[in-house]
Amino acid sequence: MGTKKETVIRTKELTKKFGDFIAVDKISFEVHKGEIFGFLGANGAGKTTAMRMLCGLSRPTSGEAEVAGIDVYHNPEDIKKNIGYMSQKFSLYEDLTVLENIKFYAGIYGLTDKQIKDKSEELITKLDLQSQANTLVSLLPLGWRQKLAFSVAIVHQPKIVFLDEPTGGVDPSTRKQFWDMIYDASERGITIFVTTHYLDEAEYCDRICIMVDGKIKALDTPYQLKQNFKVDNITEVFYQLARTAKRGDD
Amino acid sequence: MSAAITLDHITKTYNKGATMAVDDISFAVEKGELFGLIGPDGAGKTTIFRLLTTLLLPDKGTGTVVGNDIVKDYHKIRGIVGYMPGRFSLYQDLTVEENLKFFATVFGTTIEENYDQIKDIYGMLEPFKNRRAGKLSGGMKQKLALCCALIHKPEVLFLDEPTTGVDVVSRKEFWEMLKRLKAQGITIMVSTSYMDEATLCDRIALMIEGKILSMDTPANVIKAYPEKLYAIKSSNMHGLLKDVRANEDILTCYAAGEYIHLSLKHEGKESEAQLLNFLQERGDTDLIFKETIPTVEDCFIRLLGNKDGNKEGNRN
Repeated sequence: MGTKKETVIRTKELTKKFGDFIAVDKISFEVHKGEIFGFLGANGAGKTTAMRMLCGLSRPTSGEAEVAGIDVYHNPEDIKKNIGYMSQKFSLYEDLTVLENIKFYAGIYGLTDKQIKDKSEELITKLDLQSQANTLVSLLPLGWRQKLAFSVAIVHQPKIVFLDEPTGGVDPSTRKQFWDMIYDASERGITIFVTTHYLDEAEYCDRICIMVDGKIKALDTPYQLKQNFKVDNITEVFYQLARTAKRGDD
Repeated sequence: MSAAITLDHITKTYNKGATMAVDDISFAVEKGELFGLIGPDGAGKTTIFRLLTTLLLPDKGTGTVVGNDIVKDYHKIRGIVGYMPGRFSLYQDLTVEENLKFFATVFGTTIEENYDQIKDIYGMLEPFKNRRAGKLSGGMKQKLALCCALIHKPEVLFLDEPTTGVDVVSRKEFWEMLKRLKAQGITIMVSTSYMDEATLCDRIALMIEGKILSMDTPANVIKAYPEKLYAIKSSNMHGLLKDVRANEDILTCYAAGEYIHLSLKHEGKESEAQLLNFLQERGDTDLIFKETIPTVEDCFIRLLGNKDGNKEGNRN
C-alpha cells in the first residue's frame, strides 16, 4: 500500500463510561486509508460502543478521536457526511423498492439529481438487479439485500465505511462475493472498518484488533497475530484472548 | 422404527402460495440423534421448526413427532417437545426464576421436580435468578431460554439458530451443553447458519430455498465432494485470487480463511504444475499449494454451484 500512509481514524485513550461501567477503556489505534480493519471481540467487549463513538453517535467520556480528519467532540455531524454505515440488523427500508432505496440514500447523502440517476443505473447494472429494480427490498434474498446495502452505504464515496456484522446469516457463496465487494471498495481508497463473528473473515482483513473487556488486547496483521500466539488460525488467537474476559456479555 | 421425527413430502408456502418456504421435504430423525439443519437465512429452517412444533399447518404432506401426527395430535406434541425459537421469547419483565417457574407451571411441573434436567445450565444462572430476563446479557438469555425449553423433560428439543449473533467462545460452550443433553437421550434438532457447527451434529441436512441439497453424516457429506480440492496462498492474497480466477483450468475458487480454495477442470500433476507456472508468471510469490480436505462450507458452496449451473466460482 505504498509508503505514505494517510491516517483516517485516530484514537487516543478513547473512553466511554456508563455510570461506573467502563464500556470502552482507553483504546488507542490508527487506521490507514484503504485499509480493511477488522474489529473483533466477544459479545459485550465494547465493539458497538466504540463504533458508535467513531460514527459520531455517542459522545466519548474522555480521550481523543478523529475520524476522516474530524474531531468527534466538535463536529459529530460532519463525520456522518464522510462515512457510510451498514449493519446486519438494519440496512435498507424493506417497504421501499431497490431503486427507491438507492435514490433515498443517495438523496440523503446529498448527491445531485444527475448523480443519483447515474449512480442508480450503475449500481443496478453492477449488482445484476435489472429485473428487480422495482421489487420491494423485503422480497429479495438476504444475500442480495446485504450486497445492495453495502453498495448504498458507499454511494457517496465516503472516506470510511463501518460494517457491523454485515454477513450474519448469509449463505457462504454470497459471503465470498460480499468480501469481493469489500476488496474492490478498499482498492478505490475507501477504508473498511468491519466487525464479524465469522473468524475466517478475520483472515481477509489487512489488520485486526481484538477487544476484551473494553480494552484492545491485540492489534496486528492476521499473520503476525498467529505468529505471536504460536497458533495456526485466528480462532485460536480469539479463544486465548476471549477466555481472559472477566465481565459478562451485556 | 424408532424415528423421533418424520417429515413426508412436506410443503409450506406463504402469501397464498407466492412464497415457497419448504418445498416437498422428506426425512426422518432417529431417537437420540443430534440433527442439524444447516443453511442461510431464508432456507426454510424456521418453517420446519414451526411445522413440527404445531405452530403452522403444512400445505401438503404429513409429519410426526414421537409418533404423533403434527396436525391431528398437536396437543400431545406440545406436551413433549421443548422449543427455543430464534427470537428471544421469554417474558422480559419477569425475573430469571419467575420465567422458569412460569414455564414449569404451564407444563404442570415444578422446578424442584426436574431440577436435575437443568441443573448443569441453570447453575450458571442462579446467581442472577432475581434479575429480570430483559436485563440479561445475550449469552445468559440464551441459557435461560434453553432451561425454559427443558424444564418439562421434553423428549424432543427444537433449537432454532441458538447461536446466531453469539461469539465463538459462547458458541463453543453452547455446543458443549448440547452434547451433554444428547448424552441424556434427548433427541435434538438444531439449526444454524454457521457451517463450522455442522460437524458437531450426528447428521446434517444442508438446505437452501426450501430444499435439501444434501443429507448425511458430516463425514459422508465431506467424502462426497466430487473433485480434488486445493488450498493455495501467497504473499498477496487478493492479487492471487484475481490471478487464479483468470486461469482457464479453474473450476471453482474462493477465499477460505487464510487460503484460497480451488478445484481444477483437469486434475493431475500436469494441471497443477501449469497453474503454478501461470501464477508465477503473473508475479505471485511465496506460493504454498497443497491438496486439502473439504469443510462442510466447501461442500455447501459446491452444492450451490451445481444448483446455479456452477456460475459462482467463475463469476468475475
